[in-house]
Amino acid sequence: MGAQLRVYKRRIRSVTATKKITKAMEMIAASRIVKAQRQVAASTPYASELNRAVTAVATGSNTKHPLTTEAEAPARAAVLLITSDRGLAGGYSSNAIKAAEKLTERLRGEGKEVDTYIVGRKGVAYYGFRERKVADSWTGFTDSPTYADAKRVAGPLIEAVTAETAAGGVDELHIVFTEFVSMMTQNPVDNRMLPLSLDKVQEEESKKDEILPLFDFEPSAEDVLDALLPRYVESRIYNALLQAAASEHAARRRAMKAATDNAGELIKSLSRLANAARQAEITQEISEIVGGASALADANAGSDK
Amino acid sequence: MAAELHVELVAADRNVWSGEATLVVARTTSGDIGVMPGHQPLLGVLESGPVTIRTSEGGTVVAAVHGGFISFADNKLSLLAEIAELADEIDSARAERALERAKEADDAAAERRADVRLRAVAGH
Repeated sequence: MGAQLRVYKRRIRSVTATKKITKAMEMIAASRIVKAQRQVAASTPYASELNRAVTAVATGSNTKHPLTTEAEAPARAAVLLITSDRGLAGGYSSNAIKAAEKLTERLRGEGKEVDTYIVGRKGVAYYGFRERKVADSWTGFTDSPTYADAKRVAGPLIEAVTAETAAGGVDELHIVFTEFVSMMTQNPVDNRMLPLSLDKVQEEESKKDEILPLFDFEPSAEDVLDALLPRYVESRIYNALLQAAASEHAARRRAMKAATDNAGELIKSLSRLANAARQAEITQEISEIVGGASALADANAGSDK
Repeated sequence: MAAELHVELVAADRNVWSGEATLVVARTTSGDIGVMPGHQPLLGVLESGPVTIRTSEGGTVVAAVHGGFISFADNKLSLLAEIAELADEIDSARAERALERAKEADDAAAERRADVRLRAVAGH
């Protein structure tokens, strides 16, 4: 076999192996999207009931709670950024990071200090490389987050919100994650979680033409709100983690599909080249044989005479 | 036909039970509370404890609920819990083992969880 042909054969083999891997990753990601979507759907009843309850307490009582009232001069905000643990998901993590950067910029412009909290190894690596300060970070569960994970993330955040601003507490809590719209579309979004903007919640409620009844609170409106808001934050974070996981799998599936397609193209053009090289080799061999035979025939013809 | 109320028992990650009932008994921070159809709108904080649902078919559903809320309005009752299990789903042998382990480790929260599970199974 000629040297050129051998090189082509070797490259085809290596690209075929890569294609197998990307194809497998694509299929794994595709099956996980369905599972992640189902989890999002399963967590929806709890989240929507909780939303209703929070709205009921916040609108149905005159309670003033630090978590529902806006600070007069907010001095510090916390940003929770949700990225992935692993790469090979196209622009998934970098898009979320970009959205967080933009939000941070905006908050700084409004004169607020920003504490960053990060979920996912990619985000941690990004901030670590640039030596930026990270208030807290969690890794290892972005593939399939559980409610316990959400609780673990929410703990320090709730603590920071309830603490006094002078003692390092924050006045606002923002969350940046990738919203799962459909299999093809995932958008990085930033939401303000706390303080609750009741006007927005009320608007959504009134759209449904639902009049909230006057609730009887057990034991009291303050206590209910105290117990309700941490759960509300946890459930919002849980929902965000689940959506982010679904988006991550969708992004990975798309990236791996593109990689598989490219590998297919590459194999096709490489085998064309290999075929040409083989044909050139054969042609050369034939012309050598023919040339050699005619030279021999000429020599014999000369000696016969 | 006796009056009925619609019950949704939801945990953070799934819908545990839903259906029609005539009476629901749950434990709030200020004591046990029974809700029957037509109760006044209510929103309360739940303690860890068993919840008993008397279904309209005459059966009884018992569930172990660990923290959460009860809310009732428009004849619709929602029980929201971070963790909720029906008595049928609880492995009593495992709960007993967990209870012993919790007692040894002096883990009050785990002990209470295991205790609630066992009581839910016993009440079935």
